[in-house]
Amino acid sequence: MEIIDFIKVIEEEFEDLTPGTLSPDSVFRDMDGWSSMHALIFVALIDTTYDVLLTGEELKSCLTINDLFDITNLKMSSGGINA
Amino acid sequence: MGASLKHISYFLPSLAIDNALLAQAYPAKTAQDLFDMSGVHKRHIASEGVLGSDLALDAVTSLVLDNPNFSLNEIDFLIFSTLVLDYNSPTTASVLHRKLGLNPNCGAMDLPQGCTGFLYSLSLASAMISAGNAKNVLILLGEIPTKAIHSDDIALRSIFGDAGAAIVVSENQTSKIGKFVFGTFGEGFDFLKVEVGGGRNPINSEWIKKYDDQELNLPYGRIEMNGFEVLRFALKEIPALLDRTLLMNNISISEIDFFVFHQASAMMLKSLQRKCDIPNEKFISYFEDSGNTVSCSIPIALKKGADDDRFKKGDKMVLIAFGIGFSCIGTVIEW
Repeated sequence: MEIIDFIKVIEEEFEDLTPGTLSPDSVFRDMDGWSSMHALIFVALIDTTYDVLLTGEELKSCLTINDLFDITNLKMSSGGINA
Repeated sequence: MGASLKHISYFLPSLAIDNALLAQAYPAKTAQDLFDMSGVHKRHIASEGVLGSDLALDAVTSLVLDNPNFSLNEIDFLIFSTLVLDYNSPTTASVLHRKLGLNPNCGAMDLPQGCTGFLYSLSLASAMISAGNAKNVLILLGEIPTKAIHSDDIALRSIFGDAGAAIVVSENQTSKIGKFVFGTFGEGFDFLKVEVGGGRNPINSEWIKKYDDQELNLPYGRIEMNGFEVLRFALKEIPALLDRTLLMNNISISEIDFFVFHQASAMMLKSLQRKCDIPNEKFISYFEDSGNTVSCSIPIALKKGADDDRFKKGDKMVLIAFGIGFSCIGTVIEW
């Protein structure tokens, strides 16, 4: 998986996001109108797309889109699906 | 001898709060914000003093009016599911039995099970009929979650609604209700609960003082939900439950015409649909106009789907519910 594909998946999910807005360094909690609901949407999106179910602690440890990408990739490669 | 769903009716309180009205209580939110948060256009609110059993009785009235050939005298077992019983004892089912004037030879029991209440009741009704212990089981559901939501809990207020439902399950030459699979994950207790109001933590003066600013001081306790963990539970366990349900009933996913899941929230439904790879035309969602009505949500979805002529006789449906406990349950029915 490439990060460009990961960002594309996120941008497609959030209709308010203009394509090209996000970069690997984007702090996802700085997205317009961020709320706890967005955290749920991120977790559901990553699980339904990559079969990786992040924990609350894992999500808290992420700051940027790249952090999310890395932990998703790590869990995919380690077979940590639904950990 | 088997069992089949014979009649379904539901009742929604006349007071409906749309997002524009709800937003008046939250100046920082717009009606659109509330819809984006919940996927609900409006939720129905029971009047003060109305309990789930009252809404269930209203649903029975609808059932009788909708089915003039049906007689309550046929009922030989009553199951009532709710999160707020009328009394500690006797059972609310006994109270309903009296109010409905049911046959004295009719059994009656409560099954307080939360969002899985309908399917738990259906599993019991089906088993009783298959065993020859009953011929016509009346399942009554009544839920008033809005009475246990703190005004600060905007997400809960936007999602939940009150409702009642009445379902008749009857003896049938061939079984139209399949086998059930169950799941209980007690570690989920802390993530979705109404902790105060029962025997272990009764409402006391401290509680009344603490919630002095709330309607009736939250007399039925307060719903506390960790939405993140509820979502994780559903994403992790429900696809597996679906697989077990199909396996138990010896049917493949491609043979299923419709999937009717507990109408928990728009985001939850969308995520589970994706995770289970269910096409739109087979996935039943009637969430927008009544919200999450706890145990009533699947019967409401079935009735609305039927009223919209989406189902035809012989259609195979997977029914799946999940919720407080955590608990989950699945089955296959033939329409």
